[in-house]
Amino acid sequence: MTTTLTAADAAPTGLETSGASGASGRRPRRRRGSSASDPVGGVGASILLWGYAVLALAPLVIMVLNSFRTNADFITNPLGLPTSPTVAAYKEAWTVGSFGTYFVNSLAVTAGAVAISTAVSTMAAYGLARSRARIFRWIESLFLSGLMLPIHLAILPVFFLFDGFGLIDSRLGLALMYAAAGVPFSIFVLTTFFRQLPEELEEAAVLDGASPWQTFWRIMVPMVRPALATVAVFRFVPIWNDFLYPLVLLRSESKYTLPVGLTNFFGENATNYSALFAGLVITTIPLIVLFLFATKQIVAGLTAGMSK
Amino acid sequence: MKTRTGLAFLAPALILFGVFVLYPMLTAFSYAFFEWQGTSRQGFAGLSNFSALVNRAPFKTDLPTALLHNVLFFVGTMLVQNTIGLSVATLLHRRARTRRMLQTLYAMPYLVSPIVIGYLWTLLLSPTFGPVNQLLTKIGLEQFALPWLGDPKTALWVVILVSVWQWVGFPVLLYGAALGGVPEELTEAARVDGASHGQVFRKITFPLLIPAIGTVSVLTFIFAMEAFALPFAFGGSTGNPAGSTDFVSLLFYRSAFDSGAVDAIGTSSALATVLFLIIFGGAMAATKVLRRHERRMAS
Repeated sequence: MTTTLTAADAAPTGLETSGASGASGRRPRRRRGSSASDPVGGVGASILLWGYAVLALAPLVIMVLNSFRTNADFITNPLGLPTSPTVAAYKEAWTVGSFGTYFVNSLAVTAGAVAISTAVSTMAAYGLARSRARIFRWIESLFLSGLMLPIHLAILPVFFLFDGFGLIDSRLGLALMYAAAGVPFSIFVLTTFFRQLPEELEEAAVLDGASPWQTFWRIMVPMVRPALATVAVFRFVPIWNDFLYPLVLLRSESKYTLPVGLTNFFGENATNYSALFAGLVITTIPLIVLFLFATKQIVAGLTAGMSK
Repeated sequence: MKTRTGLAFLAPALILFGVFVLYPMLTAFSYAFFEWQGTSRQGFAGLSNFSALVNRAPFKTDLPTALLHNVLFFVGTMLVQNTIGLSVATLLHRRARTRRMLQTLYAMPYLVSPIVIGYLWTLLLSPTFGPVNQLLTKIGLEQFALPWLGDPKTALWVVILVSVWQWVGFPVLLYGAALGGVPEELTEAARVDGASHGQVFRKITFPLLIPAIGTVSVLTFIFAMEAFALPFAFGGSTGNPAGSTDFVSLLFYRSAFDSGAVDAIGTSSALATVLFLIIFGGAMAATKVLRRHERRMAS
């Protein structure tokens, strides 16, 4: 009797359990459906998203891996891994391929341009943010119009301008050109920042007898430091990567920046694959390092680009 | 701040910007309206430099092809990059833990110089030693192990897809930011009323994203019309193979610096002016349409 009862009890219980498990299998899904705070697409989407991340990075990983192999190794097995990693390709690219020279040139031109551009733009942005006269609104829109200008199309007049100044084949000339090209974006970001700072700060400084320059340098600049970092980091990338200006404005190989030097090297060493991969890595590595240290600034810069 | 002090703060930037950007930009147009003998400027030429773009070799044949490639580059990038970018951003939305990480990973290729990207993919797609074709052969897809970059029929699409691969992180970021601005109450309310994810997206989210899509379109347009470094790395200044990856900027570079034509400065400046008008006019028109749309949404 007890056994049948138990069995009878057990049967519905079993049914109930299966029903409950079925429901519990469905219920969270239903809950997920009705709440907007759960991710769209579930596990399948996660796999897709990570799969796409692999696709985004695989070519760069392959580039790095192959730069640590010998050329013979690559030709016999292009899909192989660097089982006995060697830096021979880097040595060759750095010295024989002159990448050492190109690297220093790129670094000098880019750092110089970013420094000049950020310095003059910070001053200008402060002046724009704190002046009331109508001429300043006019100047501001003049600068902002530069955001849309395809300045590469002005390469011919730039070429003749440089020719007149004796700046052809000059790294300083190239840096000044980039510094000028960065002014609109830098002013655009920095003016917004300066406008957000309360004017009482400066009024207090003036009462204490500070000159406009002291107020700017000692009080205002330290307060916009995060914006300065965004501007500097974000401008670094396109200058480092630019190709047309050094291609046209530089003449001697000893002054080439990396993108032009790379083109040169590619033309002469089309079959020395491992050295080519090493050259590509050398050109890219500073930006990867920059990215790892300043992801926030780069993302902020990309998003600021939207509002232009 | 006194006007004079303000101007003093502005002076260095104004001088730099005026000398190296504004002055060259303005003179670029004037060059197009003069006759040129080498580097010496002759008399006023009217529109003859512009008519040379239509009537004379190499422009007569190369310009329509190059312009078509720019347009295909824009349309292809818009379709593929926007679709992927919007889908990925939608899927990433609300994945608070992994979103930042994945956004960062997708944005990585954007950092790399287009020249590096072009050479890297040239190596990867090399018909003999390229890892891509080796991999395709290994997994039994020999029929797809083709010289993608060597064939004039496919080379342009390789350039477009590689560009999409490089830049897709950008729309992902922008659409991600725009999705963050869609009011939660709206989507939540629609879900409670029984709308499916698809319906919510079509009827609520998508219309609110149109300004962001417009912005991405304008930036993509400017980007596609200016394309230079990436095609240069793939096909050199002549758009190999057989001019199939030629773009207007490459044609401009060739005519300005490689052609040796005696009036190269005049004709290439005319070409630059035309390209400028296309870019600026297109961007302006699109922005105007967008503003009107935004006003209509607001009212």
